[in-house]
Amino acid sequence: MYNTTLKTRLKHLAGIVLATGLLIAGSAQAEDKLKIGFVYVSPIGDAGWTYQHDLGRKAVAEKFGDQVEIKTIESVPEGAEAERVIRDLAASGNKIIFATSFGYMNPTLKVAKAFPDTDFDHATGYKTAENMGNYNARFYEGRYLAGIVAGSMSQSNVLGYVAAFPIPEVLQGINAFTRGAQTVKPDIEVKVVWVNSWFDPGREREAADALMDQGADVITHHTDSTAVIAAAEEKGKYAIGYHSDMSKYGPKAHLTAVTHHWDQYYIDQVQAAIDGKWEPGAIWGGIKDSMIDLSPLNDAVPEDVRKKVEAAKAAIAAGELQPFGGPVVDQAGTERVAEGAGLSDEEISKIDYYVKGVSSKLPK
Amino acid sequence: MNPDTLILILVATIGASVPLIFAALGELIVEKSGVLNLGVEGMMIVGAVSGFIITTETGSLWLGVLASAVAGMLMALIFGFLTLSLMANQVASGLALTIFGIGLSAFVGLSYTSATLSGMQPLAIPVLGELPIIGPLLFAHDPLVYLALFSFAAISVFLYHSRAGLILRAVGESPASAHALGYPVIRIRYYAVLFGGAMAGIGGGYLSLVYTPLWSEGMTAGRGWIALALVVFATWRPFRVLLGALLFGGVTIAQFHIQGTGVEVPSQFLSMLPYLATILVLVLISRDAGTIRMHAPASLGKPFHREAG
Repeated sequence: MYNTTLKTRLKHLAGIVLATGLLIAGSAQAEDKLKIGFVYVSPIGDAGWTYQHDLGRKAVAEKFGDQVEIKTIESVPEGAEAERVIRDLAASGNKIIFATSFGYMNPTLKVAKAFPDTDFDHATGYKTAENMGNYNARFYEGRYLAGIVAGSMSQSNVLGYVAAFPIPEVLQGINAFTRGAQTVKPDIEVKVVWVNSWFDPGREREAADALMDQGADVITHHTDSTAVIAAAEEKGKYAIGYHSDMSKYGPKAHLTAVTHHWDQYYIDQVQAAIDGKWEPGAIWGGIKDSMIDLSPLNDAVPEDVRKKVEAAKAAIAAGELQPFGGPVVDQAGTERVAEGAGLSDEEISKIDYYVKGVSSKLPK
Repeated sequence: MNPDTLILILVATIGASVPLIFAALGELIVEKSGVLNLGVEGMMIVGAVSGFIITTETGSLWLGVLASAVAGMLMALIFGFLTLSLMANQVASGLALTIFGIGLSAFVGLSYTSATLSGMQPLAIPVLGELPIIGPLLFAHDPLVYLALFSFAAISVFLYHSRAGLILRAVGESPASAHALGYPVIRIRYYAVLFGGAMAGIGGGYLSLVYTPLWSEGMTAGRGWIALALVVFATWRPFRVLLGALLFGGVTIAQFHIQGTGVEVPSQFLSMLPYLATILVLVLISRDAGTIRMHAPASLGKPFHREAG
């Protein structure tokens, strides 16, 4: 009786020891995996800024499979909450962390200082550290191509642009779009309406309606919802999407969309981290790096326009064409850069004026 | 500005105002009964997502509108149970309802963010709808616009020309007296709260089903709070609520047109204009302290205990 009990107990004990051993072995195996953290500013959803980043995350998961363990945190507000989330990710052993919104810059920097062995990559900012790099895309290159499409398809010679806030990134887009359209129709007019919000479908809709009522027959947007595409579809006008392919929201209206692609960048960074060769970079990629592209053109776009867009795309990728190549003349008629030169990256990143051809006035 | 543009602006104004008209008129009835429900934004957005889901699934816009109203009422029922049956604090419960509604709608609507709807066709009234100027302005809207205007008329008549309206106002002024006269104060307040929920729900449904038409998280973007403010600034009078909503919508639309024409005014200032103009006008027309006291429900926000009466 006693003996059996003892035996059973010993068996149990052995079982526990074995199980613990397995657990330790298991976690040791997990340690070999590279743990990666992604911080998103909004829900992933079906289109938009975060959705594009998540496509990149999926590409990493597919490429590296068992070698990596990825954790994503959605809807993290910019500010104090972001610091807590990023710190949490670093503390729980994630070795490379991608912070995918501008407002995460200072929180990321703070956490990076506290975790020198963790690599941090921050999107669209300008600060770097020993273990913090930043990455951004030349969205304006895609805007230039979209401008060629819009200019070609416009009958009224008026284009409309629904914009969020007058910061350089948005102004780059408006100016490049205008300059792209001017290559097709030199006297085209671009009207801009600011909604002073990144996301408010109701107001975006109202702004789009106002632009179409004022004669714009191709509209585009630098806001986060799909309301502008839906508005154009309803009024039988054309629209150009942003972030993601938005054609399902307006199959007839949607000419194309300027899309972002982070897949290759994320794969490269993760590979570098696995190889122990990660270094903080300051990357501003464009069409050449496949970070920016256009989604498939609508069937309504004729062949000669497609050829023009292809040619411009190839020229930008080859470095022969610069969307802000001289002469760049601003709205007031001042020449910002003479023929033969172009705006420098520094000048592009600080742009604070409209180019000639934009008829609205810039809020000061 | 040519007359055509003016008509375009006015037509767009009506659409922009409809969600506010529904939500604010509903809240007006709630507050007239002496209850302050700060959950309008939450009820609106739950109405928006519920209507959108039902219409996507069934293909029927009217079922969607009905679902919006029912969803708004269910939200209001939660609020009513907390504040009227359990005597919880109305301000806190209303705020909680808004936060809950925003989260709930985001969760429920997760798989519907990519769905598309065709919207509601305007109700083309023959002959009248083809008249110049007046036609597009008054007789060529979608049916919900007429429902909003009808609600306004019905509520005005109900409040000031019906016995039931008188009882409702009595409950809001002095629940103890109403109770002493034999009126079921709590039940009447429940009715008012449920009606307010249905109206807020339809207001949200209009946004997702007709106006944009799409569903995305947080799409009401503060319109519920504007509706709440309209009721107060309109000193609890239906016509001024309607006027305030139209004014707010009108200035919102007009400022987009002004931007498009290239006037040199900062857009941040223009974005502020709808709020500024609405508050200014409503405060100016109702600046007489005596009339405000007359129209404000005296027991607004105070819970009613039967034993205390």
